[in-house]
Amino acid sequence: MAHAHAAVMQPPAAAEPGSGVYNEKLGMWIFLGSEVMFFTALIGSYIILRFGTPHPWAPPGVILNIPVTAFNTFLLICSSVFMVKAYAAIADGKKHFLRTDPSVPHDWRLWRWVDGGLKFWFLMTILGGATFVGIQVYEYIHLAHNGFLPSGIKEGTHFGELVAQGIVPAATAGIYGSTFYTMTGFHGFHVTCGVVSMLYLFFKKVLPEKYSEHDYRGVETIGLYWHFVDLVWIILFTIVYLI
Amino acid sequence: MATIAATADQLAYAHADDRSFLRKYIFSTDHKIIGIQFLILSLFFLLVGGTLAMMMRWQLGFPGRPIPGGAALPETMAPGGILLPEFYNSLVTMHGTFMVFFAIMPLLVGVFANFLIPLKIGAPDMAFPRLNMASFWTQFVAGVIMFASLLVEGGAAGAGWTAYAPLSANPEYSGVSLGQQLWCVSLVFLGLSSILGSTNYIATVINLRAPGMTWFRLPLSVWALFVTAILGLLAIPILSGAAIMLLFDQTIGTHFFLPPEGGQPLLWQHLFWFFGHPEVYILILPAMGMVSDIIANGSRKPIFGYHSMVFAIIAIGFLGWIVWGHHMFQSGMNPTLATSFMISTLLIAVPSAIKTFNWLGTMWRGNLQFHVPMLHAVAFVAMFVIGGLSGVYMASTPVDIYIHDTYFIVAHIHYVLFGGSLFALFGAITYWYPKMFGRMMNPFWGKVHFWLTFLFYNLTFFPMHQLGLGGHMRRIYDPTQYAFLQPLQPINEFISINAFLLFAVQSIFALNFILSWFFGKKAETNPWKDNGLEWTVPSPPPHGNFATTPRVYHGPYEYSSPLVEEDYLPQNRPVETTKAPAEQPAGR
Repeated sequence: MAHAHAAVMQPPAAAEPGSGVYNEKLGMWIFLGSEVMFFTALIGSYIILRFGTPHPWAPPGVILNIPVTAFNTFLLICSSVFMVKAYAAIADGKKHFLRTDPSVPHDWRLWRWVDGGLKFWFLMTILGGATFVGIQVYEYIHLAHNGFLPSGIKEGTHFGELVAQGIVPAATAGIYGSTFYTMTGFHGFHVTCGVVSMLYLFFKKVLPEKYSEHDYRGVETIGLYWHFVDLVWIILFTIVYLI
Repeated sequence: MATIAATADQLAYAHADDRSFLRKYIFSTDHKIIGIQFLILSLFFLLVGGTLAMMMRWQLGFPGRPIPGGAALPETMAPGGILLPEFYNSLVTMHGTFMVFFAIMPLLVGVFANFLIPLKIGAPDMAFPRLNMASFWTQFVAGVIMFASLLVEGGAAGAGWTAYAPLSANPEYSGVSLGQQLWCVSLVFLGLSSILGSTNYIATVINLRAPGMTWFRLPLSVWALFVTAILGLLAIPILSGAAIMLLFDQTIGTHFFLPPEGGQPLLWQHLFWFFGHPEVYILILPAMGMVSDIIANGSRKPIFGYHSMVFAIIAIGFLGWIVWGHHMFQSGMNPTLATSFMISTLLIAVPSAIKTFNWLGTMWRGNLQFHVPMLHAVAFVAMFVIGGLSGVYMASTPVDIYIHDTYFIVAHIHYVLFGGSLFALFGAITYWYPKMFGRMMNPFWGKVHFWLTFLFYNLTFFPMHQLGLGGHMRRIYDPTQYAFLQPLQPINEFISINAFLLFAVQSIFALNFILSWFFGKKAETNPWKDNGLEWTVPSPPPHGNFATTPRVYHGPYEYSSPLVEEDYLPQNRPVETTKAPAEQPAGR
């Protein structure tokens, strides 16, 4: 190398090292930087509105159903774990759905002898995300039916009674509804986008077995997005539901 | 060593392009075509924004008199040719919105980040070509929505381009409902377009540099566009979030910015300016970068203080995040906070001055070539100094309290955005026109356009400082309503007449741009004798840009190098040296 280019002033590099990460992964990390700022705008506004008001806020668990959403949170975390399993499966070259391990005696402990491949874990991830959105839609319908709307709490409804009894402060009910629906709604929108993207990848790439242990960039890239969406939800669940 | 020109190999791969017309020119993934699409779309919006400004100037110069051609406007805008106050509010708002979001920003970033980055770093295209196409078409949709909002019932948004709440948040306050909602929707689309674009530019600069194109061999235009893309990536989602909240306030009854139910109008200002100040640097940094390229070329000298230029770009990019409060000195925020924002704002003068003195240092004792791009670049430096210095005035809270919301501010923003960014853009478009279209713009008419623009531009905007110090508020419909402004009315008339002339002479540029496309002199590969990699491929470069991946041996500003006979040294041209190989630095 040095001899071949002895005549040039500065020896040319073999290639610029760049980030050492392939384009899709780098691009997703960059895009997630933007997503962080988007949720910062929403969450930051919530913090300012909630802690900037001199009036008390509704106590946790009165309007929002914490147990149901805790289950939903668990479901989304499981979905993230499934994504890791999908990634690990394809990194080992397991493209199949489910297969049995003949070397292990079959008993009721399925996880010992049933081996999930990319197709199985990817589908499980999608199902986890879709169920999360479904439960969220159910929650919205339930809340709206009982009078909790983006504009505040409607009089003459179940939650309207709580306001009349003084359990839920009337002064902050309006911004409670505004911030709750905007933050969780945009998170739900992101989960939906993730589910739609994963469905596309499932039919276009996973089922036709386009991924292999040599190239599973799509799984890793959508996985980054999925873990991000999960992480945002853990923050939202804490600050919107629990405190 | 002959000048690097189009070789037979390079021409051969040009013929391998068999895409259909639709894929080649409309839904193209080629970064050069996308750049040109952005160029045409943004020049259209530049014209729209300019037309709106002319209508405002008519009203300010000659209030209450029917505007020429006003009969063509509907009754809801100008009954009897006299502009309505509500319509004037829409004009102010839409002029700012079109110019900032649909003209200057896409001209700088959409056009030149797209066109220049892959060519200048030696890449065949962007990292994500299809994302790039999506970015343009999202911008197109945003533009259509914003343009359509001019025509809807109730008129276009009228709360100013800053859309301060609660005026913007409740249709009852501004009298505009659908127009303001479309404004929000359009900006969300625009934000998406910018985020997709920024992701692409950042990934491309990091991952696709040609061998030898180290970080400190990047042209300053690429550095500036890279830092700009980071600013856009992180600032624009804040605007998207804020615009969505504003939209919800207007449509589904939320209370983010409406005080009666606990919302905070000041929150809008914080969100908007937390986006808005980085946005200011999005609108100037690429101009600074391209001006650096042009000035080094026009001076036939290496840029003075390359590394300090790079660090100044990074410093401006960083400081841009911690100064947003200087837009809000009068908003009632804590005066202690205002002091800290004042200090951080004054700090920006340091990197800005570094850049200015480096440009002067580059020109100092250079072999100055005043071609059209160079004229615009030098005008950029001069105008930026005026705009920058008035910026230092305003950053100081005691002064700002006096001149806040006056025409002094209007003069300042136009000195940096028109005198700064737009002059740089005229220069940059003329400079890279041969690479885009394969033909030269006419230099004579280019110079005529430059001198007339420079003259009328200063006659238009410089007296605005005087108006502002005289207490002339911005965004007012009829200055003659105020007794203390009546003596200033002749200045307003003077400004208006010069503004009309400024607008009229832009037709020279438009004609030069359009006619050169068809009848201009065929461009050589390297008409400006520039060192950049884009000047080593044919004009216009074929799909895929480079026949073989170029190797880079030098920085981009090796002008008048003693190592070669010519006064320029392309980045991909190795130079023989008498030094023994043992003395070579190891590695890159």
